This record gives sequence, structure tokens and C-alpha cells, in this order.
Amino acid sequence: MANHKNQALAARVLPLGEAAALVSFGTKISLDVHRAVRAFAADLSRHPFRGMTEYVEAYTSVTVFYDPMMLCREKLLNPAPDVPYSFQVAELYIGELLQGSGKAAALTPRHVRIPVCYGGKYGPDLAAVAQYHKMSEEEVVAAHTGGDYLVYMIGFAPGFPYVGGLAPRLATPRRKSPRLVIPKGSVGIAGMQTGVYPIETPGGWQLIGRTPLELFRPDNGENPSLLQAGDSLEFYAISEQEYMDYMAEGSVPVQ
Amino acid sequence: MKIEVMDGGLLTTLQDMGRIGYQKFGVLANGAMDTFSLRLANLLTGNALGEAALEMPLRGPVLRLQPGTVFAITGADMMPTMDGVPVPMFRPVCVVRDAELRFGGCRRGCRSYMAVAGGFDVPLVMGSKSTYLRAGLGGWQGRALQAGDVLPAGTMSGAARDFSRRMQSRAGEAAFMTVPWFVRGGVVLDTAPLRVTRGLQYDWFTTESCEAFCREPFQITMQSDRMGYRLLGPHLELKKPREMVSEPVAFGTVQVADGNPILLLADRQTTGGYPKIFQLAQADLPRVGQCPVGHKIRFELISLCAAEDLYRRQQEYINELAVSIRLKLCEG
Repeated sequence: MANHKNQALAARVLPLGEAAALVSFGTKISLDVHRAVRAFAADLSRHPFRGMTEYVEAYTSVTVFYDPMMLCREKLLNPAPDVPYSFQVAELYIGELLQGSGKAAALTPRHVRIPVCYGGKYGPDLAAVAQYHKMSEEEVVAAHTGGDYLVYMIGFAPGFPYVGGLAPRLATPRRKSPRLVIPKGSVGIAGMQTGVYPIETPGGWQLIGRTPLELFRPDNGENPSLLQAGDSLEFYAISEQEYMDYMAEGSVPVQ
Repeated sequence: MKIEVMDGGLLTTLQDMGRIGYQKFGVLANGAMDTFSLRLANLLTGNALGEAALEMPLRGPVLRLQPGTVFAITGADMMPTMDGVPVPMFRPVCVVRDAELRFGGCRRGCRSYMAVAGGFDVPLVMGSKSTYLRAGLGGWQGRALQAGDVLPAGTMSGAARDFSRRMQSRAGEAAFMTVPWFVRGGVVLDTAPLRVTRGLQYDWFTTESCEAFCREPFQITMQSDRMGYRLLGPHLELKKPREMVSEPVAFGTVQVADGNPILLLADRQTTGGYPKIFQLAQADLPRVGQCPVGHKIRFELISLCAAEDLYRRQQEYINELAVSIRLKLCEG
């Protein structure tokens, strides 16, 4: 976390239209860039500026949305003529936060364990993935549960985590023909990514298992997503009976 | 007051100004496609600007309304009638006896908006009444309206209640009463170009592609919905193949996949992995919401400063409308 300051200073602020600014910390996915993104997002959530409506974290950037009308009310000493006034004000606020970014309290990542029933009807592509890598199904499960995973960002669907850390030997191309319906809770692999589907959607991922956990909890007040950017993840195998027990009980302890 | 649905129409949903603050959890913003018409309908019924209203694309519903209900219809002209009598748009209308409000085909645009005084009394889900179709949340039971639904209206503002009383006391033969004044300046389908600013990856594209985008017309294809419009026109090429890391997108972002532009709209995903060549000016977003499938659109490149000015002027215009409509509502 020591080089936050440097990371922050390297940040670039770019307009995404006239109502948002993208704060970029690099172009390549890396742990350092991820930490800079996390630190800045934490600062934004602690110190939102007037006129800011929301922010969204991504792999290498944070986008800050704002109402240009609100920002146009602020007074600037020497506004540049060819840059939107509201963007200049946003840039000023963002710059102040970036300066202070290094002082943000160290972020302790949460560790979340995700139970998965691998194979069978819950993981219809497990056999195909095993065959593709010339491994047994058990070896695929062992490799998947043995990984250290990190949630880089949430996007695509509500509560859907973009997860890094898949063992390269499990990387598998997407299915040739996407499924029209991927059941909620499905755990899949697509290229170097692994992830969990929080809601039923169409998709081309290789499905290796399913979790009984609810990843998207719209009634959970301010935090409808079980997972957040920055969480460290672990998958562990459960039996079909355990899966059904979890489902029958209606709720699952997170840890 | 309640609104009874006899026929749901094509895809009638409740929408407000969108679900703000939850995109970081991957939750879509949703909201009205034409937020100008939405706000206008709310002003005309004495509601707060951002109250939820019915968004009715292409084929509207049939609704049974109760006496005393005040409503306003804006956006595309769906030739609404009550008991066979045309119902004027862009003004407040008061129902004076039980009657069915019917919407016909669609002219001058593709989405009509109907606000009811008091709004719709449905729960806020993550701060919004907008319908999130994919997740089955928000709006009316997370879905489009169906025959048999009965929607409760909320409590009218004082101005709307007085207006309703005055209109009912003057009731004549017709099933509704309205005023002689109306608001001009609604969003309609036109041929003027949509204004865009440079996107974050504008420089990745060949000069020829960037120029062609603002010179040639693009047709809205069948693969278009509230999530985005897929456009057909000149092929847009990158200077060289490049991979990009997913980053957030916005309402009006034009991203390019396989050489074809996709204009991202109200139900866009929160992040995207395609290069963004242009960004629509905020002030022109409502106009896009009125462009139907098959329509040919043209784009014009403007500076960010010009886009900011357009936005500011539109907001000021809405504020002026708010003041004059409020006065008019009280006069009756």
C-alpha cells in the first residue's frame, strides 16, 4: 500500500461526456492498479463532493458521475475557456482526493467463502472442461477450489464479480453456442475468467457447478451485492445433499 | 385513486429518472428513455419532476380511470381517446366519470409517457420506482403491465387536488375535462442530427471512420431495445487491433463491436469492454428515446463545452416550464 501516493499521482482524469469523469490508474490489470482504484473509491465514498451522483469501480479506473448543473455553481479562479466548466470543477475535487489518497486507512480485504456443488446437473460442462484439459473431473475441482481469487470489479449483471486468479491450466474457451438460460448461482469459466451468475441470464460460459448463495440481494438496503470489489474469494466443494440442504434452509452463512 | 389495466400494451413499464447510486454493484440504472417527456408529464400533473410515470412504446395500453384522476400524456402521439373522444396531449386532463383511456398507433416518435397526479404508489427499490425487467424488480411487480393489474395512485399535490375539484365542478357531457392551454416544445421525432462529443477511445479509430460517423446516416436495426440501439451504417475501423479492459459506460455511450456502433441506452450494462468512439450529448438523450427501429439517424460532432451549454439550457428551460406550469395549474 506504500506507493498509493505514486499511483495516485499517475492517475489521469478524462471526461466521459459532460456528466462524468473517468479516473484512470493504468491500462493493464495489476494488483497495484487495483489497490489504487480501491483506495480512491474508498475516498470517494467517504468524501463525496457536492454534485457527484455516483461512482463505479472497474479494473483500472473509477468513473465519477455528476450533475453538471450543480458543479457549474462552484466558483473557479481561472477557468480554462475550452474545457467544460463542470469538468474543471470535478477535476479539482478529484485532484484533492487523489492528493490525500495515500492517507486513506489501509483497506483490509474481506475473505468470502463460496460453497459450490460441482458437476452433475449443476455443472453440465465439468466433463467437457476436464476433457479439454485432459484432466479428471476431480482434478478440475481440486484446481478450482485450490485457487486464491480476487474480485476486481462488479459489473455486467447485478452482483456479478469479475474475478482474477484462475489457474492458467483451467483456462477454457467459451462454449461455441451460448445457452439461452444460465441458472442463477451457476459457477463458470470463460477464458482466464471464473465467476458466478447472480441472476438468470443467457451466456456462453462453461458451467462447472452451482452455489446456493444469493449473490444479488436487492432487499439488503445499501449493499445489494454479496461481493464487493477488493474481496478475496475462495470456492469450496459441497455435495448435492448439502446444496439441497442450503437451499431448503433458505439462507446460507457467508463464512 | 387507482388505475385498472384492461390491456397492458406492448411493453408498458413504470420508469422514473433512474436508479442512481447502485451501478457500482452492477445494478442497471434503468429509468425513462425520454426523460424530458417524463419530467414534462410530471410537471403537468403537479408531481415532483422525478416521479415515476408510464412509459408506453409503440402500442399503448387500455386503462380504466376513476373520476377525479388527473393525468397528462407527453412524448409520441398515440392518439389517445376516452369514449371515442380524442384526449389532448401536453396538458393536464381530469377524468370526470368512469371511462376507458385507449391508446392507438404511434406517430411522431415511439414512446408516450403518462403521468398521474400523485404518482404511482409502488415501493422504491434501491431508491427508484423504475422497472428493472431483467432482474424482475422495481416498477409494478418488476414487469410490464398486464390486463388485470390495478395500480394505486399516490397522494396528489395540493395544486393537483384543487385542479381536480375545479374541473369536476365544471363537468359536462364528456368523460374528461381539460384546459385550453398546453405546453409546446415536447420531444418529437425529427431529422436534425444528434449531437455527439468525442468518446474516450476516439483516437483509436481511423480518421475516415470518425468522419464517416458524422457524415453518413445510421439505421436503427431490429436488434435494438431499451438496453441499446444497434446501428447499421459505414463500418468503423480501429487504426490497429487493440484489446481493452472493461470500464464503465454511460447513457448515450457509442461503443463499437465488430465495426458496428451500439448506442447504449437506459437499460445498458454498467460496464463495457468495447472501445467508445463517441458520447451523445446529454441534452439529446431524450430525442434518441423517440427514435424507432428502422429510423435513420445522423450525428454531428460538437465540443464538450457546447454539449455542456446545451445541457444547461435544457435544464433552465425545464425550470422555466416548471414555474409557468405551476402558475397555470393554479389558475385552472
